[in-house]
Amino acid sequence: MAGYAIEMLDITKVFPGVVANDDVTLRVAENEIHAILGENGAGKSTLMSILFGLYSPDKGRIRIHGSDAAIKDPNDATELGIGMVHQHFKLVHNYSVTENIILGLEPRSRFGTVDLGGAERRVAELSRQYGLAVEPKAKIESITVGMQQRVEILKILYRNADILIFDEPTAVLTPQEVDELISIMRRLKAEGKTIILITHKLREIKEVAERCTVLRRGHCIGTVDVATTSEDELARMMVGREVKFRIEKHAPKPGPVILQIESLTVKNSKGYPAVQNLSLEVRSGEIVGVAGVDGNGQTELIQAITGLGDCESGRILFKGRDITLASIRERIRMGMGHIPEDRHKHGLVLDFRLDENLVLKTFDAPPFSDSLGMMDFAAIASHGERLISQYDIRAGQGSATTARSMSGGNQQKAIIAREIDLSPDLLVVAQPTRGLDVGAIEYIHKRIVDERDKGRAVLLISFELDEVMDLCDRIAAISKGEIVGIVDAEGADERAIGAMMAGIAKPEARP
Amino acid sequence: MSPSGTKAVSTILDRVIASERTVSVFVVLLGFLCGTVLILAVGRNPLHMYEALIQTLTGFDLTRGTWNSRYIGEWLTASLPLILCGMSMGFAARTGLFNIGAEGQYIVGLTVAQFVALFGPRVPGLHWMLAVVAGGLAGAGWGGIVGWLKARFAVSEVVATIMLNYVAFFLSRYFTRLIPDANTYRTPAFPETATLSNRLLEDLTNGSRLNTGLFVALLACLAYWFIIERTRLGFSLRATGLNKEAARYGGIKVTKAIVVSMSIAGAFAGLAGVVVALGSFSYGRVLGGYDNYGFNGIAVALVGNSSAGGTLISGLLFGMLASAQPLMQSRQIPKEVTWIISGLVVVFISLRSGFRMLLEWRAKRAAARGERLVEGDGSE
Repeated sequence: MAGYAIEMLDITKVFPGVVANDDVTLRVAENEIHAILGENGAGKSTLMSILFGLYSPDKGRIRIHGSDAAIKDPNDATELGIGMVHQHFKLVHNYSVTENIILGLEPRSRFGTVDLGGAERRVAELSRQYGLAVEPKAKIESITVGMQQRVEILKILYRNADILIFDEPTAVLTPQEVDELISIMRRLKAEGKTIILITHKLREIKEVAERCTVLRRGHCIGTVDVATTSEDELARMMVGREVKFRIEKHAPKPGPVILQIESLTVKNSKGYPAVQNLSLEVRSGEIVGVAGVDGNGQTELIQAITGLGDCESGRILFKGRDITLASIRERIRMGMGHIPEDRHKHGLVLDFRLDENLVLKTFDAPPFSDSLGMMDFAAIASHGERLISQYDIRAGQGSATTARSMSGGNQQKAIIAREIDLSPDLLVVAQPTRGLDVGAIEYIHKRIVDERDKGRAVLLISFELDEVMDLCDRIAAISKGEIVGIVDAEGADERAIGAMMAGIAKPEARP
Repeated sequence: MSPSGTKAVSTILDRVIASERTVSVFVVLLGFLCGTVLILAVGRNPLHMYEALIQTLTGFDLTRGTWNSRYIGEWLTASLPLILCGMSMGFAARTGLFNIGAEGQYIVGLTVAQFVALFGPRVPGLHWMLAVVAGGLAGAGWGGIVGWLKARFAVSEVVATIMLNYVAFFLSRYFTRLIPDANTYRTPAFPETATLSNRLLEDLTNGSRLNTGLFVALLACLAYWFIIERTRLGFSLRATGLNKEAARYGGIKVTKAIVVSMSIAGAFAGLAGVVVALGSFSYGRVLGGYDNYGFNGIAVALVGNSSAGGTLISGLLFGMLASAQPLMQSRQIPKEVTWIISGLVVVFISLRSGFRMLLEWRAKRAAARGERLVEGDGSE
């Protein structure tokens, strides 16, 4: 190969208490697609933030196109031709595509005004050159998430970047959009760009990358040729041991209907209907998954079921009783468990002790408080200790540990312990493994399947289609607040579900 | 600085910032240090300030070698409304609310107590108790309105309480002036049965104004601790204060918690009003301006970390600074120094997060030098 576009040599970066990068070396050849693979917290983002000038390394050197570079801030990175497509887009929603692209670099006309027309022509030209098919005059709020990502790409190309960093780019995309993104990456390579792809999804790496550097807990495990390395080997490098990707579970034995949602409509905080005329059933002994891209009404649906949000119309029946207007506490008492989407916002009082968090839903009744309203902290502590050992929650000071000081995986374990300990008839689970490592993910998946096997009804909402496909017995695809179709997970076709997630109804007959 | 010196400094800093309590103590000491430097800067002897403070606290006059327990009584009397208003602010803060309206709740409590004192049944023992209860309830109602507005209509409690402070003030003036024989600044004298004066406490403190309000404040403090730390209500209020969304998710009725919390906070401020009205005065006042106990309560709660014991101690501290003023002046120390010290203490305590950042920065630097490499525990 013709030398390296990027060399990050012996990079060390320490945060208080954590070595995020320990002597990591990354070499990316000119005009290659190079993947960086690692679990959450492996140090991928830190490494890229260093390359992009957001952090300065404590140790190590960076060479760009063979010469030493000092990257102190993102402006330096931009000048060196490095651009980053962030996981969370940084776009002004009521601005047009072009306005977003030129933001900060507005071309001036002879009269000192912004030369929007000229910029639009340039954007259209770039869009054509790389096959992005972006309409320069469209407003950001009116285009799809996939298109918004292309605007981010254009933003970088407009600034003449020749090294593009993609940070978990497929997290927000439907399977079809992922395919399109991959062909865009190939096109960018064909046009001479160098690409770094940060991801934890092995399939994407196999599909598009040429070489792959694996990070684990801040260490560089190695760089391999993707073509000659199997997915299993990559997984082993990432996790450090053999990983079983298939969840082992028996066929479901569905019982009576536990949760019945009838033509539910829910408005979001802005007053628009986020869930529309949605009907869904969950039986005991089965896991029903709601598959969809983030922002298609999943959050509002969960809030309506659990009572955190109000319903506009329709009914929710739980064990045959209408709970549409029931309070949150009534639903808990009736036997509804909820593993919330955002564990810091809803799941835990971070400044409470662990044992106090473990009684967040049951503190108001014996044995934790008596009929006079006195708390029994001894009972709370021993309950805490029991759950800690039963669910293997790692906490430095046992039940007295503040929730804030625990790791994400253990925080999630604590929530799961609390909810499963309620032995609920219905478990509403949202994004249960977001941001967790493979060990914790396996554990949590197993617990959810166990609940199903105990005859509980489980409703799972996840933005990771893989998780839904692996874990669920039936899959309901949601798009724009409507259930587009429901299929059995057994033998389900990922493409078909992807199409439904994009709002295209399930075809009646397929060739 | 030598490496060992740096290490010692950071160890001390670590200790200080480790708990809210030590931060408060540290901050108060720092405030006094600044006050001392200031007195030196204006060419006076700072020892005189400390003499005045010692006299306030113990009654000993070190210059003359005399002892008078009246100073202790006056110190405690000055502290009572500060403690109660501090608890008003602190209780709301524990539920995540900013009760800037303790002043209004104080005025309402004070006014209602004055009315009960003048028009209530003149039965010894019962009369003042009735006034105490009525004043506390009035404060609770005034605070509760704010809680209800916030819970029902999402009105910011900061705005609502500030507005209601004015409403309380002018209503108090209006109604008090309607009392027969009231002039522009006072009503007729209270009957003996209504005042909180306590012969025993007066005798013990050589005729100071110390009164039964002392017991009211101590009982209130006990109630504060009990509710927050021991009861189901306290648990749900604390959960609401620390994470409203998680509390709601756990089945706690957050709207109810807000109303209850503001009511209890208002009751504390109302009691402060009663204690001042019937303890320090023998007649009803037509208020000419704010007494400012409510606002000073904010500082008291901040330094006391909104805990029962902390607020008690910090109320005594601010009470000491206030009642030491005349003694300082007689020793040629400008009394404004006490305000500067209280002000600095509040500023420093607000800098707590700054201290924390400093500590994190130090840890980071130490880690970068490789002194302390802590591997993650691998669970994430």
